[in-house]
Amino acid sequence: MDMKATKKKLGLKEKYAHMTRGLDWETTYQPKEKVFPQATFEGIKVHDWDKWEDPFRLTMDSYWKYQAEKERKLYAVLDAFAQNNGHLGITDARYLSAIKLFLTGISPLEYVAHRGFAAAGRNFPGVGPRVACLMQSIDEVRHAQTQIHALSNYNKFYEGFHAGASHQIERLWYLSVPKSFFDDAFSAGPFEWMIAIGFSFEYVLTNLLFVPFMSGAAYNGDMATVTFGFSAQSDEARHMTLGLECIKFMLEQDPDNLPIVQKWIDKWAWRGIRVLSLVSTMLDYMLPKRVMSWKEAWEIYFEQNGGALFNDLAKYGIKVPECIAQCTVDKEHQSHQLWLTLCTHSHAMGLHTWLPNAEEMDWLSAKYPNTFDKYYRPRFDQLRELADKGERFYANTLPMLCQVCQIPMLFTEPDDPTKICYRESEFQGEKYHTCSDGCKHIFDDEPEKYIQAWLPVHQVYMGNCWPEGTDPTAEGFNPLAKYLEWCHIDLARDGGDYEGSSDQANFAAWRGAATQNT
Amino acid sequence: MQIDLRTVSIKPLRNTFDHLAERFGDKPASRYQEGSYNIQQESIFHYRPSWDADRVLFDKKRTQIQMKDWYALKDPRQFYYGAYTITRARQQDAAESSFDMIEERGLADLIPAEQKQIALDVLVPMRHAEWGGNMGNSYISAYGYGTVITQACLYHAMDHLGVAQYLTRIGLVLGGPEALDTAKAAWMDAALWQPMRQHVENLLVLEDWFEIFVAQNFVLEGLSYPMFYDYLDGDFSANGATAISMMTRFMAEWAGETGKWIDAQIKVAAAESPENKAVISEWVQRYRGLTLAALAPLAQRSFGDKADEVIAEVTAEFNARCAKLGLAV
Repeated sequence: MDMKATKKKLGLKEKYAHMTRGLDWETTYQPKEKVFPQATFEGIKVHDWDKWEDPFRLTMDSYWKYQAEKERKLYAVLDAFAQNNGHLGITDARYLSAIKLFLTGISPLEYVAHRGFAAAGRNFPGVGPRVACLMQSIDEVRHAQTQIHALSNYNKFYEGFHAGASHQIERLWYLSVPKSFFDDAFSAGPFEWMIAIGFSFEYVLTNLLFVPFMSGAAYNGDMATVTFGFSAQSDEARHMTLGLECIKFMLEQDPDNLPIVQKWIDKWAWRGIRVLSLVSTMLDYMLPKRVMSWKEAWEIYFEQNGGALFNDLAKYGIKVPECIAQCTVDKEHQSHQLWLTLCTHSHAMGLHTWLPNAEEMDWLSAKYPNTFDKYYRPRFDQLRELADKGERFYANTLPMLCQVCQIPMLFTEPDDPTKICYRESEFQGEKYHTCSDGCKHIFDDEPEKYIQAWLPVHQVYMGNCWPEGTDPTAEGFNPLAKYLEWCHIDLARDGGDYEGSSDQANFAAWRGAATQNT
Repeated sequence: MQIDLRTVSIKPLRNTFDHLAERFGDKPASRYQEGSYNIQQESIFHYRPSWDADRVLFDKKRTQIQMKDWYALKDPRQFYYGAYTITRARQQDAAESSFDMIEERGLADLIPAEQKQIALDVLVPMRHAEWGGNMGNSYISAYGYGTVITQACLYHAMDHLGVAQYLTRIGLVLGGPEALDTAKAAWMDAALWQPMRQHVENLLVLEDWFEIFVAQNFVLEGLSYPMFYDYLDGDFSANGATAISMMTRFMAEWAGETGKWIDAQIKVAAAESPENKAVISEWVQRYRGLTLAALAPLAQRSFGDKADEVIAEVTAEFNARCAKLGLAV
């Protein structure tokens, strides 16, 4: 028998090139501008898409194989969790506020990320980034769905989850913060989308979002969420490498891209940091078993890791965003200021808040020696005193929102933590208010975009946020109650203080039934 | 004999999320339902898209087709991400073992030269058309309306990439990297391929996403897959080229499975209103003609004298399928 000459095996890189780039061609029957109509309007110049370095090399066959294996494991855990009352394993039902926020405010973003990356995966003229974006698009639909599946079991037993990843993201005042962030990115062009989501959100800020939520879940016995977290880790790692490759590619293609990219980095760093202030309250207040303080997380994940990143980008001429100086001040204050606002507005929220107890306040004093005792402990003490008298304080009006980040105007001046920071801009004869120099700067750069913002509080006061058929002239009409009904919030069960809530009572009773014989 | 384990039983407060209870009643929802219905935002958007300032981010008006309830376009396979990847991984296992066997036993060397050349000339360049299918379906996934159809189109887009990669592997098995270069040159310049390339490029500039769905998924796939993976495949097997059939097994199976999903979309959308039915029927007529013209030279190369006969049969089967779905074509 003749020996067959063994064919030369192709290297991985070469093989991957045949499997992706080799598929593409330069169209001749249709002009390039019609096939890729979004490629140039943002002003980013690309001379050679072939210079794109694939950040990872996954063919569809291996993608299906690896991802299916992860899905099998994940769903096996979720099934076991549901079968064995896994929800009783959490530290304390207060923890659930964190994952209510996650389901109603973050999972819908995963979904929009899926759609936005599908668009990027169609719109870039280069095949390398297109394939990588499509992989991220399908990963993001995975994340939206697996999060819903992981948290679905909690919905069966606890309040505040029942609207799911639907309805509330469009309507609820504090969820317009994360929603407007993604709307902003998706309504921009494909390159800005990559800086906003691919780079700023997925690379610079992801550790400040993902790590606190998933570590929080691990520390607080939430097996469903933490299993999702571990399962998504390798996807997230791919997304990070894509974001980084994208920014390097833009900067290497043409020197004219630098000012555009720098402007986007500045904008999206500040936009992202504002969104993450919701996470700061989770780390400092919502987790019964604390992982680390917000300030510590900021120092590790932003100042150290982010610092290294910006050092790396300095060779392209990229500078650290100016807003970071403000963040160094804010890290001592933002979680306290925001939690105080949430505590006094939780009668208009879909999750419970509570006043920190004595032990928790001591932890906060130790973590924030410069600020907590001086500025915030006295305010919590006062709220506690009122609550003990049966006069738990809730603010009876809705807060004014920043025109850009849409967070209530609650943050303070950089040099005076006792004075609320207001900035004002004028455009076409109207005044617009922003919460900070960072947000004012963003507004002033694109006023025609930000005047379009659908600010929930304005809309409520204009009467646009009631269920169909509501008659505001009817006797006893209660605008807040009607707004909450429209938001799918059952005020008696979903919002208000955790003390005295049905979540608290049910968790105590069920855990008792599971661990005792009476 | 049955063994009953006892667990601490807690009566749930509710079975599912509000929007699913409104739609299906308060009963436990499937993972497909939880992961698909109403998770696309509907009416409140903060900013007009810079790339489409007359519309909102997710807009019902990006197609002429109109539905009272876009979630009627559900996927009979009930594919959410997990179900999708697990199904494809199973098929991939089977395909992989075929490729392994062909490579280990050197089966490609036993393929008669004539059959091998047909595969190189006709199947391998189709990988570029598959890449076009990826682009069309990514577009639908980005700009379509309602997760039940948009997620399925992303899975379909990834499948097209997968098929393009299987065709690439077939090229590598049959002729090494040079086979891919030859196929690309044919795609770009050979007379055989120009009608098809022109047709595929024309589909890349369509703006109505449901029109893309009809032109690409229903008509182009509906006519080309039976021709290549049923008729031509039969010829390969009959002429000693079973190894090629082994390598296209995924495509044949996939066309059957995805065809059921595509039919469900067309049927429901056409049944929604006389307007929808008229628009879809008109699209089908237009793209059927264009697709058949693009396939004609490829049929000639594949089937020689029998080409007209095969085309006629494929067309008749396709027309029967249209009639069954309630289209007037």
